[in-house]
Amino acid sequence: MTNNSYFPEGSELERFVKRRRQKGVIWRSLFLLATTLGVIILMVLLLSIIDDSLGYAAVQYKIDPHEMVVGFYQDMALNASNARAFDDADELARALGEHPDAVGLLDEATFRAHADDLRAVSIEDGELPGVVVAVSQQNDWLQSVTMQELAPLFTIAETWSDVREGWPETPVHRYLPPAGSPVLTTFIAGVYGDDPAQQPVEALLAMLAQHLSPGALRQFVAEKPLDQRTQEEALGILAERVLEPTVIETWSLSQSILHKDEIEAAMAQTPDAELEFRRWVTWDFITSPQSSKPELAGVRTAIIGSLWVVLITLLFSVPVGIGAAVYLEEYGSGSRLDQFIENNINNLAGVPSIIYGMLGLAVFVRALEPLTSGSMFGLADPTTANGRTILAAGLTLGLLILPIIIINAREAIRAVPRAFREASYGLGATKWQTIWHHVLPNAIPGILTGSILAISRAFGETAPLVVVGASTAIFVDPNGPFSKFTTLPIQIYQWTSRPQAAFQNLAAAAIIVLLALLLALNAVAILLRNKYQRSY
Amino acid sequence: MADQSSSNGHYAIEAKNLNVFYGDFHAVKDVNLTVEKNKITALIGPSGCGKSTVLRCFNRMNDLIPVARIQGDVLFHGKNIYDPDVDPVQVRRRIGMVFQKPNPFPKSIYDNVAWGAKINGFKGDLDELVRTSLEGAALWDEVKDKLDANGYSLSGGQQQRLCIARALAVRPDIILMDEPTSALDPIASLRIEELMIQLAEQYTIIVVTHNMQQAARVSDYTAFFTVDEGRTGYLEEFAPTEELFTTPRSRITEDYITGRFG
Repeated sequence: MTNNSYFPEGSELERFVKRRRQKGVIWRSLFLLATTLGVIILMVLLLSIIDDSLGYAAVQYKIDPHEMVVGFYQDMALNASNARAFDDADELARALGEHPDAVGLLDEATFRAHADDLRAVSIEDGELPGVVVAVSQQNDWLQSVTMQELAPLFTIAETWSDVREGWPETPVHRYLPPAGSPVLTTFIAGVYGDDPAQQPVEALLAMLAQHLSPGALRQFVAEKPLDQRTQEEALGILAERVLEPTVIETWSLSQSILHKDEIEAAMAQTPDAELEFRRWVTWDFITSPQSSKPELAGVRTAIIGSLWVVLITLLFSVPVGIGAAVYLEEYGSGSRLDQFIENNINNLAGVPSIIYGMLGLAVFVRALEPLTSGSMFGLADPTTANGRTILAAGLTLGLLILPIIIINAREAIRAVPRAFREASYGLGATKWQTIWHHVLPNAIPGILTGSILAISRAFGETAPLVVVGASTAIFVDPNGPFSKFTTLPIQIYQWTSRPQAAFQNLAAAAIIVLLALLLALNAVAILLRNKYQRSY
Repeated sequence: MADQSSSNGHYAIEAKNLNVFYGDFHAVKDVNLTVEKNKITALIGPSGCGKSTVLRCFNRMNDLIPVARIQGDVLFHGKNIYDPDVDPVQVRRRIGMVFQKPNPFPKSIYDNVAWGAKINGFKGDLDELVRTSLEGAALWDEVKDKLDANGYSLSGGQQQRLCIARALAVRPDIILMDEPTSALDPIASLRIEELMIQLAEQYTIIVVTHNMQQAARVSDYTAFFTVDEGRTGYLEEFAPTEELFTTPRSRITEDYITGRFG
């Protein structure tokens, strides 16, 4: 019997090989399926977050912003010197026809009826539909004006020569239709604009003075004199104190696109609300502090809190973790004590994070309160005056990720080729010189990778911070390790549990900010790692 | 270490009743070996015979293996380097080593050579030291224009010569070479062999090699190691190279060098 008879031959061999290959194909498709599933789940997650962070919102204002602006200029025009309001347009037209120093606003029908006495002034750089700026036939200078000249003409100009050089120095008389009439409203919207964001800061501050109570205005002036305020600040305070927008209902992006008709039907039932398309992640959202009003709430406080906490975590856990890893890898003798420590570190990496929160509460918040509240150094924040500070949170998260950092750093140190150590010792280097000059520099990429993963985890951690006492409603930015704080995940958690619809969208927006920050942190760390990466 | 005058003063290094254990395993037993100054001594033998282990005993590299235990004496300038008052760091400063696989540091060529001198407190002109060391390793002409390049940008043979230059830079008395050409092609190997003969004018060289022709070509003395039934290595024969290869005293040596086993 030859050896060959033990192996399949001919068609049997063909079938056998085919079967073996088929097995491989099945496994490959399973792996592909697993990968696809992962990618799909990730996409769905991202899409659902993006879906919530864009879309229509029904906004109700206490005072409509357009009405506020129009009302402001209307008052200005009606209260200007020599201004007269006529309830009857014909009366206005007759009075205007007799007065060469007057200028008036008319609707087209009335103007045509009095065309014998009046002349329409042409506007050089625009048009005001349905509105005629008219003067008497006796007026021989006002042929045409620009939009820019119309603005003072109906408000602050005292004499004609104030508007344009060369016009007579006689006072301007303004004949206006009554407050709230379509002619006046169209004129104001056209000349001055009716969007608060287009208004100069002086006008905005004047509107503020008009609408704020005297006490609130005094407080506002006490913070910073009015003439030092920027347009942005004025708009912000106007929105917060005067317009007071309330989002009464929001729709996600998919609803906004697919069910526009339903949204419009819902809007028809609430006539005083406006439909606005919103991007919830705005620059204002990132730079505003937390607020109880969803319209004004932002994540600045939470971002600063998160960065502070992660900074403390980083400063504590990375050096300690690397130090422990170096000891265990390079100096540990493998004694029973070392093995005990090693086993415990590995187990600690698997302890649920809430347990670390309990530990942090007992140790950092309570037992070490003089340290974590800063009272030991006389730096305690008077509004806090307990251990629930950034420092306590940072140290708690530091403990949480310490085992992860140690395990990863040990792997990285172990991966440094033995050849480098031998070469170093062979030249008469001491152990420390070998570690410092060869082991650590070559382990840094691996240590950084592990630290990135650990820090990312700390950044997104919520449970232990709830236990340690992160504040859920905090409106003041933290200013040091002894401040009370909130973090982005805590903020998201708190917002999702609010009843107002808008907070759900804010939570989605905050998640996007959190993801973007995480990606940015990781990108920086990966760049650092690539910089240190060596080829050998 | 002080240069003590003793009856063994003309030997560069000497092993007396050297025994090495890895845990319970007796790796090498009762090695007695004397190495002449400014000569090349080759250690040959089949795989697992303990020749590399013996080599590593000469500069206490076995200390790095936690389970290794050494009995017996290694006399360097008449002083046992395993005495408790001897610091292995000082021993390695005097007895340099070149390894089987070229292992430059992932640094520039310049730093590869200068680093050993720097950590050993060298106070002279580093540039000059780097140049003479690279010249000593017959590498200067090839790298003088790219001293900033990474050591790993060189070819295998150049890397090994860089490692030799690195060892020369701390001005050792003895250079241990652990199969320095086994990872290199024949031409690069030949250059290393020529270099060894040159270096022997100034340095004592102990080289472990698998290649009997290499031992025959370059060495002045050859030590033949083999293993007994318990896989424990021992020194079978030690003699001037020519004598060992032409008229071996031992039957086992003869079988090995004629290629009947190993």
